[in-house]
Amino acid sequence: MMKRDDMLKVLARHRKDEIVVAVYMAAQELTHISPNDLNYTFTGAMGQGSSHALGLALGRPDKRVVVLDGDGSLLMNLGSLVTIANAAPKNYVHCLCENGTYETNGAVPIPRAGQIRFVDMARAAGYPKTHEISSLEDWDRQLPTILKEEGPVFVDLKVEPGELYPEDFRRLYSIEHRDKFRRTLQNS
Amino acid sequence: MADAELKAGDIIREIKKAGIRFIVALPDRVTSHHLLKTMLRDPDFKVVQVCKEDEGISICSGLFAAGHRSLMMMQYTGLLDSVNALRGVAVEGQNPVCMLVGLLGKEPGVAPTESKKYGVKIIEPVLDAMGIEHHWVETSVDTSKIIPAIEKAYDKTRPMALLIGREPQSL
Repeated sequence: MMKRDDMLKVLARHRKDEIVVAVYMAAQELTHISPNDLNYTFTGAMGQGSSHALGLALGRPDKRVVVLDGDGSLLMNLGSLVTIANAAPKNYVHCLCENGTYETNGAVPIPRAGQIRFVDMARAAGYPKTHEISSLEDWDRQLPTILKEEGPVFVDLKVEPGELYPEDFRRLYSIEHRDKFRRTLQNS
Repeated sequence: MADAELKAGDIIREIKKAGIRFIVALPDRVTSHHLLKTMLRDPDFKVVQVCKEDEGISICSGLFAAGHRSLMMMQYTGLLDSVNALRGVAVEGQNPVCMLVGLLGKEPGVAPTESKKYGVKIIEPVLDAMGIEHHWVETSVDTSKIIPAIEKAYDKTRPMALLIGREPQSL
């Protein structure tokens, strides 16, 4: 099990010019750990991060898109696994931050917490590459390869809460930041 | 009546003129046969098929952020199922999500709000309550509404719905 903020620090260290789409706790922490105008946190409704990321990946096939999804979020939009596998964007990296809870909404466990094989679901949906990573060392070692793999790639990251970071939902859904993201991407 | 016919070719022509190349779709009986199936064969379009309509709202928003125009095609039931995504992603998120919505079961020539079909009857009031602009497309004459509606959606970065009142006929 990795502390989520440690996992994000590894991502920040390996990150080059990737778009990173993030939801809920990962999004809150990403804005502190890896501040970047190519962070996309404007997902608007639970479960929708992977779908926003698909639009970005299809619209900019020259850019790698990494999505930091949640397990509760993915369960709410499970069909997106099939949609993404069918669209098959080669530049799509679907990271699942599996913490077993609806952490933002009071840390109530998700149904069948810890017993769901998300990588099996992704594989069955048609993702050609899947990984399951539970240690920081493995994440650090495998990430450079994952960021170059032909996608869509699915990575189940076993995480737990780490250090606390200030929450700012207005920042996550800010239209001003979204427009800045668009301008930055246009020039990127 | 010549103007009573809604032709798929007219709709496709207007969509192309509006600069849309990405179609995001979940099949709808009203528009599947002559519209969506034609688009699937048309090399000018990239069609993304979704498993649930709210995915499409977000895919269109991601495409907008990446600099592309797109159109979400679905049945009115899918729109009702996507109300929270429309609320958070399209309206509050100020994304120009353009939707082409089939009103399955609407009686020809009858205004949607006058339909005997409950689900059809409530569509415009639901969109009004959400502040989403909508246009009723029932005849070929109505296809002239398509380009201005799409241009306005992108200009104002607000969602918009084209309500297809009858099955478009072949090209």
